[in-house]
Amino acid sequence: MANQDVLLKVEDLRLYFRTTKGVLRAVDGVSFELGADRAMVIVGESGCGKTSLARAILRLLPRNVHTYTGKVYLDGQEVMSLSDEQFRRQVRWVKMSFVPQAAMNALNPVIRVADQVAEPLLIHNRIKSKAEAKRRVEEALKLVGVPLDFMTRYAFELSGGMRQRVIIAMALVTSPVLVILDEPTSALDVLTQANIMNSLKRIRKELALTYILITHDISTSSELANESMVMYAGQLAERSHAGGFYKDPYHPYSRMLMASVPSLREDKELAFIPGKPPSLLNPPEGCRFAPRCPERFEMCDQDPPPFTLEDGRVVRCWLYRGRA
Amino acid sequence: MQRTNGKLLEIKDLHKWFELRKFGFIRIGFVRAVDGVTFDLGPKEALAFVGESGCGKSTLARTVLGLHQPTKGEVIFQGRALHKLGRWYRSQVGYVQQDPYGALPPFMTVQRILEEPLIINRVARTRAERLARVTEVLEEVRLTPVRDFLGKFPHMLSGGQQQRVVIARATVLRPKLIVADEPVSMLDASVRVEILKLLRELQEAHELGVIYITHDLSTIRYFSERIFVMYAAKFVEKAGVRELIHNPLHPYTQALLEAIPDPDPKNAETYKDVPPGEPPSLINPPEGCRFHPRCSRMIEGLCDVQVPPEFEPQPGHYVACWLYRDGEVPAADN
Ligand SMILES: Nc1ncnc2c1ncn2[C@@H]1O[C@H](COP(=O)(O)OP(=O)(O)OP(=O)(O)O)[C@@H](O)[C@H]1O
Ligand SMILES: Nc1ncnc2c1ncn2[C@@H]1O[C@H](COP(=O)(O)OP(=O)(O)OP(=O)(O)O)[C@@H](O)[C@H]1O
Ligand SMILES: [Mg+2]
Ligand SMILES: [Mg+2]
Repeated sequence: MANQDVLLKVEDLRLYFRTTKGVLRAVDGVSFELGADRAMVIVGESGCGKTSLARAILRLLPRNVHTYTGKVYLDGQEVMSLSDEQFRRQVRWVKMSFVPQAAMNALNPVIRVADQVAEPLLIHNRIKSKAEAKRRVEEALKLVGVPLDFMTRYAFELSGGMRQRVIIAMALVTSPVLVILDEPTSALDVLTQANIMNSLKRIRKELALTYILITHDISTSSELANESMVMYAGQLAERSHAGGFYKDPYHPYSRMLMASVPSLREDKELAFIPGKPPSLLNPPEGCRFAPRCPERFEMCDQDPPPFTLEDGRVVRCWLYRGRA
Repeated sequence: MQRTNGKLLEIKDLHKWFELRKFGFIRIGFVRAVDGVTFDLGPKEALAFVGESGCGKSTLARTVLGLHQPTKGEVIFQGRALHKLGRWYRSQVGYVQQDPYGALPPFMTVQRILEEPLIINRVARTRAERLARVTEVLEEVRLTPVRDFLGKFPHMLSGGQQQRVVIARATVLRPKLIVADEPVSMLDASVRVEILKLLRELQEAHELGVIYITHDLSTIRYFSERIFVMYAAKFVEKAGVRELIHNPLHPYTQALLEAIPDPDPKNAETYKDVPPGEPPSLINPPEGCRFHPRCSRMIEGLCDVQVPPEFEPQPGHYVACWLYRDGEVPAADN
């Protein structure tokens, strides 16, 4: 997977939260690499830590952080060691930007579209010239397919699809190299989804951007992704190229996840995964999926390391120990 | 039983318009959220409404449930008009409302949430009776062991568990009809399947009529017998599930089905062919067929002028589209 230039490299990233019941391990030692110009989807059950992983990479942290460690290399530069001020000036929005989950409902209703999109430019790129800002806002809106006469409208006057496009424009206006999109289309209907996926695809090709797409909608993710990562209970379960994941997932959890994806065209009996994910407060010893895994055996009482297989895929499961 | 001609629910030319006001009192128009909808539902039948965001699905549901007063048209339940049914109707219908996160009162325990409808409707009089009923429904939705869940507050539950509490609440009064509005939209695939299977089981076990509302066509076939496709406040196509998926007739339905991906790595290399534009405003909907501005097969002078009536080109398959005006599917397609 990482044969071309590595744009993002994450090593043993951890993000734990302090809660009244103890320490919650939302991201618990995640490592992966992502090539420049690739689009990686992150899938996994609700609550497995997808959004927290994105926030850890972007250093967008809540107040109750207990542990925040690991290494994040962007374009060869280690950015975890930067001060908050340096990180803000050099990295967040400038190089990596974010489309947060459910952001389209968070647009400020009393600010016009053009000013909304210009905001990250003024704050992060510190652009002074009004004309320059206007030019870049227009560029970004054109990219995402928002007609320019919408610039003077307010968020509440826009449909859900248009609002989501405005949010994406905000993430593009600063010309980042990496864009992290957290559930960008799950609140939208299939036609609007398809429209936005088309735009995202076109933008990625035109600007040679790298995407990380977080979603629980596996079918829609295949519209964009050529790389994939499956998370389970705060950890990486499987990392592979999209072809491998959609056609032949390796980890028992990934396989069950794929079996539960409904298909419009095939008649298949849908499976679901019985039981529920472990608590992230006191995750069990051993493999975290073991209690729900149909292929559990003795070794699973111990925590498996991520095995890197000969085809480049990474699987955190003892079944693959012989193929590493 | 009642004088019902066998129908659980009959909806006749139903309209729900919301008034739009400026400064709170000057009327500037109407949002025609439901604009002339007719259908019926048999007892023990499950049917599904699909359609784009904002096309009026939830408003239709809420009007059927008696939560909105219809602007025009009739809702007939077991042969009797809704406005004559009063409170009793509320105990006969269960509502699984959109957005599980907002549906549950945050400061009530699961037990309290489920007891409330029993108390209000004076169904189970004693505490023991109520607890027995609550336990029963929690077992049905598989929130077991039940005693672990009775004392929990909504924020202590995962999304899927919250959704099951909402379903339990909708069934606790043993209604005849359940309206489930996007009951699985916020959940991941595995939990989604689990909940749809559960709804299906409840439907069969208690012989319920169910209206399932969604914009996710790929899950419908696992759930209902008929699909009604809604576009801009009207139904454009009604058919059995298999028939609709394998032989969609309305250009809008065709586009909708076309847009649904299967998980395939090849998808990333191609662009989807989707109709341009956005769904129309419901304040000033287009003349004629509401889909005509986006339709590649629009017939000028007809589709943009006259509202298409419902044709039945195949038995039991209804479509409101001028392409089928001869009452059959035209031969040389495309
Ligand atoms: N600020 C916080 N304090 C304490 N716990 C948190 C905080 N933010 C998230 N969590 C918990 O961390 C875990 C991971 O949450 P996260 O939002 O990353 O999940 P997710 O995979 O994005 O889920 P979803 O698909 O539902 O968006 C969850 O158990 C969540 O309740
Ligand atoms: N109380 C109300 N007052 C005014 N307009 C309303 C009201 N409720 C709904 N509407 C409007 O009616 C239209 C239909 O809304 P509705 O919620 O029924 O759509 P929907 O098909 O359920 O959409 P979604 O898929 O997003 O849930 C929308 O344009 C909405 O803004
Ligand atoms: Mg999330
Ligand atoms: Mg709705």
